[in-house]
Amino acid sequence: MPKAPAGTLYRGREGMWSWVAHRITGVLVFFFLFAHVLDTALVRVSPSSYNEVIEVYKSPIVNLLEVGLVAAVLFHALNGIRIILIDFWESGPKYQKQMLYIELVLFVVLLVPAAYRMLQHTAETLFGNAT
Amino acid sequence: MATTAAPADRGAPELAAPRSPRRRTKPGTAKARSNFELHAWVFMRISGLLLFFLVLGHLVIMNVLDGGVQRVNFGFVAGRWASPFWRTWDLVMLLLAELHGTNGLRTVINDYAERAQTRFWLKMLLYTSAFLVVTLGTLVIFTFDPDL
Repeated sequence: MPKAPAGTLYRGREGMWSWVAHRITGVLVFFFLFAHVLDTALVRVSPSSYNEVIEVYKSPIVNLLEVGLVAAVLFHALNGIRIILIDFWESGPKYQKQMLYIELVLFVVLLVPAAYRMLQHTAETLFGNAT
Repeated sequence: MATTAAPADRGAPELAAPRSPRRRTKPGTAKARSNFELHAWVFMRISGLLLFFLVLGHLVIMNVLDGGVQRVNFGFVAGRWASPFWRTWDLVMLLLAELHGTNGLRTVINDYAERAQTRFWLKMLLYTSAFLVVTLGTLVIFTFDPDL
């Protein structure tokens, strides 16, 4: 298999796959934003209609989807910082792979405790409060 | 007649004299090229950096801290939006996120929709939805009534 020329950023491996993931997470978050502005707009309709819809966010399955949303936003945010560094830091393109691995470590380190806190209530309702 | 070769200059581009200033328009077209794509590129980086703090802060407050989404209801929103600080936060975040996302989707549409008509209508749909989201969201933040 022909090797990609050295110094390439978007062709294959880390550079390309992070670009793909950036696109996918960006589109996902954009569609959620559309829904989220509509649900928040219900505060202008009535407190009860807002509360009713917000209850959906508290249900176990949607709660799990929220962790997915937070993961998508977190990846997009961290990778966005990496893109800015590639563009504006003179050694950015040289260290783009290393920055991706640092980014992925940060992603896990930040997501795990956040997901734990987010799912605590759902886990307690589903499996009982084990105290 | 058909055997004679075409003149060598048929369809050849007009070449400017060496060292003449860089021409940014195609010969014969009046419309000057704009720097829109450059400005959009810069906007993505500036708004992205601001959104890093605004959106991650929003997610931590709304979903992680102090019971997360389980404590969110009309009263919680009323409490937050009593403060101009959080209203400003939410307004800036709304505008930046919607514009950042709209420009992102514009790029995606330009990349994958191959027919000019498809690109045009997808972008019209995109801009219409962006206008609706920005208008509705701004209106809600400015006209929120805690005593509703």
